Order: sequence, then C-alpha cells, then structure tokens
Amino acid sequence: MTATRRRQGGRVALLAAALVLLAGVAVVSIGVGAHAIPPAEVVRALLDRDASSDHVVVWDIRAPRALLAAGAGAALAVAGVLIQVLSRNPLAEPGVLGVTAGSGFAIAVGSALGFAGSAAAELGLAAVGAVAAVALVYAVGRRSPLRLVLTGVALSSVLAGVTLGLRLLLPDVFDQFRFWSVGSLAGREQSAMGLPLLVIAVALVGALLLGRQLDAVALGEAVAHTLGANVAVVRGLTLLLITVLAGAATAVAGPILFVGLIVPHLARRAAGASVPWLLAYAAVLGPILLLVSDIGSRVLLPTGEVPVAIVTAFLGGPVLIWAVRRYGEAAL
Amino acid sequence: MNAVVLRRGGLSVRVGRRTLVLLAVLVPVLAGLALLGLCHGATWASPAKVVEALGGARGGANVVIREWRLPRVLAGLVFGAALGVAGAIFQNVTRNPMGSPDIIGLDAGAYTGALAVITLLAGTSAQLTVGSVVGGVLAAAAVYLLSLGGGLSGLRLVVIGIAVNAILTALNSWIVLRAELEVAIAAVGWSAGSLNGVGWGDLGIPFAVIAVLFVLLALLSRALHQAALGTAVAVTTGVRVERLRLQLVLIGVGCTATVTAVAGPIAFIALAAPQIGRRLARAPGIPLLPAALTGALLLQGADLLAQVLLAPVALPVGVVSTAIGGCYLIWLLAREVRRT
Repeated sequence: MTATRRRQGGRVALLAAALVLLAGVAVVSIGVGAHAIPPAEVVRALLDRDASSDHVVVWDIRAPRALLAAGAGAALAVAGVLIQVLSRNPLAEPGVLGVTAGSGFAIAVGSALGFAGSAAAELGLAAVGAVAAVALVYAVGRRSPLRLVLTGVALSSVLAGVTLGLRLLLPDVFDQFRFWSVGSLAGREQSAMGLPLLVIAVALVGALLLGRQLDAVALGEAVAHTLGANVAVVRGLTLLLITVLAGAATAVAGPILFVGLIVPHLARRAAGASVPWLLAYAAVLGPILLLVSDIGSRVLLPTGEVPVAIVTAFLGGPVLIWAVRRYGEAAL
Repeated sequence: MNAVVLRRGGLSVRVGRRTLVLLAVLVPVLAGLALLGLCHGATWASPAKVVEALGGARGGANVVIREWRLPRVLAGLVFGAALGVAGAIFQNVTRNPMGSPDIIGLDAGAYTGALAVITLLAGTSAQLTVGSVVGGVLAAAAVYLLSLGGGLSGLRLVVIGIAVNAILTALNSWIVLRAELEVAIAAVGWSAGSLNGVGWGDLGIPFAVIAVLFVLLALLSRALHQAALGTAVAVTTGVRVERLRLQLVLIGVGCTATVTAVAGPIAFIALAAPQIGRRLARAPGIPLLPAALTGALLLQGADLLAQVLLAPVALPVGVVSTAIGGCYLIWLLAREVRRT
C-alpha cells in the first residue's frame, strides 16, 4: 500500500515539475522573436501591463501565439493518447492516421467554396473532415497497427495531391488558405481563437473525466463489463473527443504531425499504464513540445520562420522509427 | 505449354505465353498513347502531321512536335518503365506490395540529394544525376539498417520507410525555405514531380544511365528467376542471394534517382505498376517486363491526363499520379483486409 502511495506521490511531484517547466518554456517562447524580450520583462508584462512597446508585443502578439501553441499541443497530445488507448496501437496518432489531413482538407475546400469565414464554421468543417477520415481509415486499416498507419499515409497523400491540384486551378482562392497546407503558428495569433480554444478546453476536461472509464475498457471488454463501464458508450465518447480535439487543433494551427505520437510515448514513461495519469501528463507535455518546436521554428532560419510542422516532423520521424522497432513485431 | 523459348545463336530467352500476349496488347496501346501525346498540345496536330514531322519536315509546327513534344513523350515512356522496374525490384526484395521506392523514402532522399546539389553547386544535369543517386542510396541504406534486427519483415520496413520519408520531406522543405528565391521557386514546382518543360538537353545522361541499368538487369535475369523459386533452390543452383539482392537494390535506386533528378519525385507509379503488371501477366512473383510496360503506360497516361484535366493549365504529373495512386493504395489495403 505504501509503495502505491509513494508512486502516486512521485507522479504528483513529476506533474508539478512538468507544469513549472511549461511555465518556463512559455516565458522563453514569448521572449524569443525578431525583437527579443528578456524573460524578466516578459513576466513583468504579464503581471503588470504598462504602455511600453515591449508590453504591447507581449500582450498582442507573443502571448496569444503561445496560448495557441499550448492549446493545439494539448489537444493533439491528448487526442494521441485517446487514439492509442482506443485502438491499442502504439503507432496511432491523429496526424499519421490522416485525421489531421482530413480536417485541413475540409477547411481548405470549404473556404474555397465560401462556407468558412467564422471560427465556428471552420471548426465545423474541421470536425466533418476528421470524422470522414477516422471512418475511412478505421474501416480499411483496423486489422493491424502498421496497416492503420499505411492507410492514413495513403489518405493523406491523396488529399495532398487533390489540394495541390486545386491550388493550381484556383491559385487566388487557395493562396489565402495556404496556412492549412502546412502547419504553422505564424500569423494566426490575429485570428479569432476564443471559440476553438474554449472547445479544446472543454474536450480536455471531458477526456480527463473519461480517463477512469477508459482505464477499464483498456483491460478488455469482459473486465470492463464487470467493472461497470459501458464499453460502447465509452468508445463512442472517445471517438467524439478525438475528432473534436484533432479537428479544433487543425482549425487553429493547420495540420501538425507527430505531436500525438511523441507525447504519449514520453508520458508513458512517467504514467505507466494508468490512462488518467497518461492524459494528465499528455495535457502538460503536449504544450511544452509544441512551444519548444515553435521556438525552434523561429530560431532555425536566419531570414524568417520554418513552419512548426516541419520541426515536429524532424522530431517525430525518429520517434516513429523507435516505436516501430520497439512495438512493430508484436503487431505482426 | 505456357511458355515460349526464343533461340538465336547461343542465346535463349524463355518468355511466358501470357507475357507475349500482354506484349502484343500493351505495345500498340503504348504507341497509341505516345501518338496522342505528340498530337496534343496548345494546338492539335493530326497524326499525319506528326508522322510528317517525325520524318524531318521543316516548318514551325514540326519543330514544336520534334523539339517539345517528342522529348516529353519519350521521357514519359522511359521514366515510367524505369519507375515500374524499380518498384518491381523493391517489391520483390521486401516481399511486400507496398515496399516501393516512393513509399519508403527513396524519392525524398533523391530529392534531398538533388536539392543539395542545386543549392551548393552549379546544378548541371550530370551533378543532379549523381546527387540524386547518392541521396537515394543513402536513404535506402538508412531504411535498411533501421529495419534490421528481428528480421526484415515487410510492413515494418514500410513504416520505417514512411518515418524516414517524413524526416527527409521536412528536411527538403527546410532546404527550400533557406534557398534563394529563384532556386526555391524552381524546386517547389519540381517537388510535385513534373514533365512540364522537359527538353532534349535534360534527357541525354538520364537515358544513358537508365539504358545501362536495364542491360545490367537483363544480365541478372537468369539468377533472378532462380531466386524467385526460393532461397534454397537459388543457393543450390549457385546464386549468391545476398549479392544478387544488393545488386538489384542498387539498380532500383539508380532508376528511381535518375528519374527524380530530371522530373522530381513522381509518386505511386512504382507502387502500382508492378502489381497491375503482375495481375495482367498472371505471373507468379513480380515480373519485370510487365512492370516496365505498365509503368510506361501509367506515366504517359497520367501525363496526358495532367495536361488535359485543367487545360490550359498543365498540372505536374505527380499530382495526378498521387491522387490516383493513393486511392489505389487504399483499395489495395482494403482488399487485403477482406481476404484475411
């Protein structure tokens, strides 16, 4: 009993440490940019705003961008945990499975047809795209983890091809929406993001509340029944949360791959098999990863910015290789 | 009797009857597509006009056909055949219908090599070919080494290839973003895989390289047939399987990289052609000749489609091949799910 309690205490301490790290990374992220602002000044600006130009930059540009990164990072990471637990597939991830591509494509096409414009409409389009992608990929690839990944990749490349064709056909229309062709946080801090961030927050809370039930479902259907969990309802709710989280993240930041793959593997080191802890760690580590990637995206090029999705692909590719080497054989 | 043996002097070639029928059907179809490619353009030229132009007649329209359309059509046929052969080789070696060079990152690697050459050196045709081949070989080596341990199982190699592909694609985007504006614009148009604007000047070295690779492959074909019967049979008949595999992979990488150097990464031809060719030929294993013919058919057909689809805008052929090929891959996966 004491061992369990000690372990619980360790997890709480680790989570607190991660939160402190998150705060630190956020302050650094707000300070880095074309005009560097020292961390102390960032903290002062956040706590006690005055009219100086530094404080305007912090409040109007950098802080919203950091908030955006944190929201998208948490959404993608938690969606990754949910999809991995649900499919029992350590390689699953909304980006790799084509869910992100489905959302991005739906937004781009919807915008081209004149449906979008408001944040709500974009969210709706993103959700529709995500649902369609989940349904297709799951129907084709559910038999094996690796096959699921392949189906997602195939779907992503079809959508990429069609998008490129549409861009060449309607260059003016698609140039306005080229943000969605590659995930980036640059320039999005100006758009309306209250609603998407609210949706993400609600879905994150929903995921944490669902964690205990998912824990039961993860033990297998029979065990879940005896523990009193309604397997069908839990599965349905989880799918809904995955769709909302991946869709909302794509709506605010464009398609970003691999965050949902990397973070659960990191979180599993600390949380073990406990789904609620896994979700809690993911909700903190996801923002850290995306904030760090976003800092990287501003520092890597001397002349401008690298889209953050390129940075996460650099980080995520090796993790996918590691995960395949670690888990791949069991799935075959 | 379902095979025919052709003898001439000391040489003999055994060809499946079904393959001969396939040849008799595919070659006229290819010729038809090529003729269509020569006729089609900003202005339509009648077949009689095309024949006249190929015969060497003078005049503006004839020059257009000989200097602009002919190299493009030849590139479509030869590059398609090269991609089909490369796909067949990789699917044979990985024993997986998805183990084609574009899926496992060789296209991306060859593109990285080409981009490095363009940004660091002058970017001549020869340098591009060498850069692409080096990039492709390095990508292949990386995928191979990372897949070692626990046996070279097919799907595992494919997913590791996908991961390598993702890293290289990100690297390519980064190189393009860092590059000068002119290089960047050229590279982005090229990244989709396009035969737009291919001229005679671009084709000399690549055609020579592909011809040499095809001759080398023909020399290996006997050993290849024996290897197809199984490793044990191959070893007892004196085939050194490991060396054969290495030679084959190098030829496959060479084909892919050479095409990429000129036309950019054209996805999915190498994936689909061997499988379609195998079904058409109803042959065991993944035969090379049907793969080559189907590849030529697919690429030339896709290029025509790319020119017609949104005319007067000529799409990069890679856009068409990606959209069609991705659907094909999903269908392939769905079929396998139903079968198992």
